[in-house]
Amino acid sequence: MTPALPREILICTIARLLEGVRTVAVGAASPMPAAASMLRRALDEGARQVRLSILGSVEHNFFTNGSTELFDCAGQGRLDAFFLGGGQIDGQANVNLVGVGDYPQSRVRWPGSFGSAYLYFTVPRVILFREEHTPRVLVEKVDFISAPGISPPGVYRPGGPVALLTSKALFSFDRERPGFTLESLHPGHDLAELHAATGFAFAHTDDPPVTPGPDTATLSLLRGRVLDELEETYPAFATDWRRDLAAAQPVT
Amino acid sequence: MPSDLRSMAQHIKSGMRLALPVDYAGVSMAMTRPMIDHGAGDLHLICVPTGGLQVDQLIGAGLVTSVETSAVSLGEAGGAPRFNQAVKDGALRLRDATCPAIHAGLMAAQKGSPFVPMRGLIGTDVLRHRDDWRVIDNPFADGGDPIVLIPAIRPDIAIFHAPMADRFGNVWIGRRRELAAMAYASTQTLVTVERIVDHSLLADEMTAAGTLPALYVTDIGLAPGGAWPYGLWGEYPTDTDELARYARAARSAEGFAEYMASQAKVQA
Repeated sequence: MTPALPREILICTIARLLEGVRTVAVGAASPMPAAASMLRRALDEGARQVRLSILGSVEHNFFTNGSTELFDCAGQGRLDAFFLGGGQIDGQANVNLVGVGDYPQSRVRWPGSFGSAYLYFTVPRVILFREEHTPRVLVEKVDFISAPGISPPGVYRPGGPVALLTSKALFSFDRERPGFTLESLHPGHDLAELHAATGFAFAHTDDPPVTPGPDTATLSLLRGRVLDELEETYPAFATDWRRDLAAAQPVT
Repeated sequence: MPSDLRSMAQHIKSGMRLALPVDYAGVSMAMTRPMIDHGAGDLHLICVPTGGLQVDQLIGAGLVTSVETSAVSLGEAGGAPRFNQAVKDGALRLRDATCPAIHAGLMAAQKGSPFVPMRGLIGTDVLRHRDDWRVIDNPFADGGDPIVLIPAIRPDIAIFHAPMADRFGNVWIGRRRELAAMAYASTQTLVTVERIVDHSLLADEMTAAGTLPALYVTDIGLAPGGAWPYGLWGEYPTDTDELARYARAARSAEGFAEYMASQAKVQA
């Protein structure tokens, strides 16, 4: 079997972070979190039911009360996991979805905070996922706090970040310190490269492990059922993925 | 008898607050051109809870003074070019929000209440820049427990597109309940639809549950394909190529003007 592609390692890593969830929501334009949630659902079949809601999808949407229901669900404590990206993410897990430079007259304007200023507080397992791992994304301090990584004592905060996954590495987040800890480097990346690409300081061991790839059974499930399921919502992403798989096949 | 879209646009006066739905919930793109031709400006847009193509075009046409929103983008087609430019130029008053805060403000208006409390937000720059929001200590707690109060959002007019209305003025919105929330909160509601049916939508329990009663509906216009290039749930998909075409064209003010002029010719 063709070894796991970089995007497959990311998807399987997210699926690992979702272990034990019952209900997970995926925002718009998030094919890899969607694939990972579908993989989690497939892996847990028979053991526990994983409910999955993909924003903007008709097929994968069980809400009937309009776009407010996702947030109401989170407020009720029914939503176990969610994903956030960010134009900027800093070392305290603050997320900026608004823009670069001063506010309101941003030098670069991004769409806006969406539901982050609520979901980051209310969803227990928020996974920060941003493929681009550069000093312009992973900054020391964000220019605008759409959603803060931590809250002072006394602020209602059942939710928050648990991990940050990029194209280069996986970090866990420690709310007490607060700060990120390098858990593993993806195949082909090293610590020196990571320091150069990261705008904030992070804790790490001298010899961090390599992010594990999926076993054969998981990879088969991913390339079969999950890829088929994903195709309905993310046809372009699925086509691209199939093309990568075809190109990666060993020449015989 | 459905109304002509141009006469529907006459309801809009300069300085009004307009509520517009998120791109997947039923955007009345068919009303955009009549609104621009009508020309009522100094508009205050409330995106429920985010904005896209329609918001970008109204901004590009120079009709918008302020935007309250959780985000403005063209989704897969990228950033909203006229919105982004207006922000850079300082030409818009921005009220950055977060999705549930906009729903909360509409909910307060729906209840006839001055505000509703909402979790989250504390410590964000979203809250810091909102001088119209307040933080109080939860009066039901033993002390402390700060919580944000979101004041009622009362738009003058809500505008959206839906699959069908009946000839009694009832509109079928299915499970897109935010459309009802917009209508409850707004003084007037203008709706365009794919079709108008003869039988009452309230006569059948199956459709009645998803129906916005005529009580809340000011005017209905017939506009088949009226969400295009956006899709309409249960009817047709989004025309992503067209959104991408707009995104490319509207990078400059000139490109935007050319795009809008070519659209006007297509529609004429």
